[in-house]
Amino acid sequence: MLKVQHLSGGYGGTSILKNISFNVRKGEMFGVLGPNGSGKTTLLKMVSGILPFNDGEVVVDGSPLSSYSQKQLAKIIAVLPQHSAQAFSYSVKETVSLGRYAHQSGWFQTWSEEDEAIVQKVMEQTGITDFHSKDIQQLSGGERQRVFLAQALAQEPDILLLDEPTNHLDLSFQKELLDLLKKWTMEKGLTVVSIFHDLNLAGLYCDRLLLLEEGVINVQHTPSEVLREDRIQTVYRTKIQKQPHPKVPAPQMLLLPDKISGKEQEVTIDSSMLHLSEDHIVIETPQPLRTMSSGVIGSGTGWHHTFVNRHVGLNYNCSNHRTEMADYLKENGFEPADTVGMMTAVMLKDVSSLFIESNGFSAFVVVTAGVGNAVDASHSELHDYRLQPGTINTWIFINGDMTEEAFIQGIMTATESKVKVLHDQQVIDSISGTFATGTSTDSILIASTQKGKKLEFAGTITPLGKLISKAVYECTTEAIVKYYKRKQQ
Amino acid sequence: MQKRFTLKFLATNKIAAYLSAVLFLLVSMLFGISIGTVSIPAMSIIQIVGHEIFPFLSIDHVNPMYTNIVMNIRLPRVLLASLVGAALAIAGAAFQGLLRNPLADPYTLGVSSGASVGAVLTLFFQFSLPVIGPFTLPVLSIIFSFITIFLVISFARKIERSMKVETIILTGIIFSSFLGALISLMIALTGDELRQIIGWLLGSVSMRGWEYIKIILPFFLLGSVILLLNANELNAMSFGEDRAHHLGVNVQRRKMIVLAAGSILTGAAVAVSGTIGFVGLVIPHLTRLLWGPDHKHLLPLSILTGGGFLILADLVARTIISPTELPIGVITAIIGAPVFGIILLKRRSESSG
Repeated sequence: MLKVQHLSGGYGGTSILKNISFNVRKGEMFGVLGPNGSGKTTLLKMVSGILPFNDGEVVVDGSPLSSYSQKQLAKIIAVLPQHSAQAFSYSVKETVSLGRYAHQSGWFQTWSEEDEAIVQKVMEQTGITDFHSKDIQQLSGGERQRVFLAQALAQEPDILLLDEPTNHLDLSFQKELLDLLKKWTMEKGLTVVSIFHDLNLAGLYCDRLLLLEEGVINVQHTPSEVLREDRIQTVYRTKIQKQPHPKVPAPQMLLLPDKISGKEQEVTIDSSMLHLSEDHIVIETPQPLRTMSSGVIGSGTGWHHTFVNRHVGLNYNCSNHRTEMADYLKENGFEPADTVGMMTAVMLKDVSSLFIESNGFSAFVVVTAGVGNAVDASHSELHDYRLQPGTINTWIFINGDMTEEAFIQGIMTATESKVKVLHDQQVIDSISGTFATGTSTDSILIASTQKGKKLEFAGTITPLGKLISKAVYECTTEAIVKYYKRKQQ
Repeated sequence: MQKRFTLKFLATNKIAAYLSAVLFLLVSMLFGISIGTVSIPAMSIIQIVGHEIFPFLSIDHVNPMYTNIVMNIRLPRVLLASLVGAALAIAGAAFQGLLRNPLADPYTLGVSSGASVGAVLTLFFQFSLPVIGPFTLPVLSIIFSFITIFLVISFARKIERSMKVETIILTGIIFSSFLGALISLMIALTGDELRQIIGWLLGSVSMRGWEYIKIILPFFLLGSVILLLNANELNAMSFGEDRAHHLGVNVQRRKMIVLAAGSILTGAAVAVSGTIGFVGLVIPHLTRLLWGPDHKHLLPLSILTGGGFLILADLVARTIISPTELPIGVITAIIGAPVFGIILLKRRSESSG
């Protein structure tokens, strides 16, 4: 649809773009990225025919750009500018109607019924019909952007060129606009070439990306290949980190702010922060910790600074236990968004905790355990599914800087230790009669300060793994012993 | 149902706009012809003009002196004023649309200064070209307008290839100042009476007669028709040259056509009446405020209101300190400059608030 070959040129005699070549297929959404001054807008101006180029060729729908008259070109390519000058207060409809200019002919350029129908249709599609008689100067930035999108669409183009279309739009309009464009590329075969400032939006919506760096192509490929951490760091000269999007297979680039020194002190999480009351155990840390957990509240990965293990009765039964737990946290003065919350039916006085230090890092482990629902994982199919308050809740706090791998290995190591405790304490699965490996609703939390020594791994025989397995083994054993003692009383 | 209603409403709105503009022009004409040292009743004016158009209508009972005053003095004067006003207003509307600047006017481009140089050459050096004879004045004014505008444009293009509107206006100001100085120099060299020269520079439509109407009319029709045919392009270009380009307008060509038509209109107007300021600036602006910026209607409506406005301005100029006549440019400036200032203030408070 659009073919750019060996394009070079710029303003005046300068050469801003050097040897740019790329192809955009029909129905493709093609993103152009690059830092300020890399030549993105220049490229768009050359492709849209505003700026002449020194060298190379732009081929639109099989013919070179120069073979089209201005009107013919406007029927194929429409442009949505970053912002449009409006010196006079035209009405929305008058503005949109101008998009039909290229389709009108004759000296008097009569307005046909087809023109009217198309203008009504594009106003409908962009959701501006309701204010069609309003003055464009009275509209908000988002509304105005939609009016100019409607104007461009009234041209009935095959190719739509956009220069940072989401600039000045708030979040919902950004999404709305890009969703709309994506839909049109798929349903109507519209070809979209757009400059993006926001790498993440580009990665989410584009089929392919072109990364410009100082007027030359750094790379053109799929988003996941273009948006590589090292590449973006070099081209944009800034520190970023790449993360997968939680719902969509698209990369997301995150900025890393420089740490401001002297503001944060080193803290060590230990037993001094543990507070025990009648119906909950709480640890509150002065700074948020990086967490990975299976709690009722704050599960998954995140950053949290409050950790609550709440006692509930054995017959606690609530259809919406997450909401109930959040309400409970608020009532007790904890902010649910900053909290990892768990539940247990175990008497909280039987909590067991241990602080162990190693070479340059340390671990603090807190366990509450009850084995009334003990299950042997290898015979779990014998059990009915019931969600009951967790009975072995394990908290592991690490004073160190853990990698993602270390978090996962830490959970494995802790689980292996727990299984061994249940075996050594001869806890039996009441249904299968075999040794239990845990209870049906165990929960775990690993939280790390992410400061101090770098801890890459947490497998059982690594320094961190040794600490975790020892602390978890000892705490869980002690907690189960206390649990049995209370049962015998 | 709703849509049909709004469309109908808009259509009647436009009809009302034209009706009121035509009414304004006709009433202005009647006032312009009626009022003076000898006051002529409106009915007599209608009968006299009616007789001129349809000679079978009788005017036997109308005072023959009235007929003489209307046909030889007041009517040509009023018609000339309306043609000059209309030419300046439509040229101003077109330049404003092209430059995307509601505060621009033919003078900012230096077109009228160029025309003045041509007119001064003809008037004060008694210059007459062979063949075209009486058309020497407008043709020379228009030629000088053309030369000026093309000099302005090629100069602006030297500064900046894309010829941004700001660059053109700045260049226009440089040329106006230079040409204004040239005019002063020429006038000083002629050694004529200063009062008469200043009178001409401030503009007047008095004592011109039918000859001058014949001079301006063909150029007025030519320029206006060209601009009316470019109304859609002007709409597109008032969203910026790049935008117009993307919408399919051949910007460079259309820009030249509009500038040429504007030069024809300004040149012809300056040739017959001298430099009358603010008409080309205030009339399109007020018309836009009343009936919207769409050039398809803005241009014809500006013709009607511009004509009416200049008739009234001329009426005030010749009656306010009667029997002495003020130059008409004094009146348009006294009315125009404050209106211009108010518009400027309003725009500023709108953009900052």
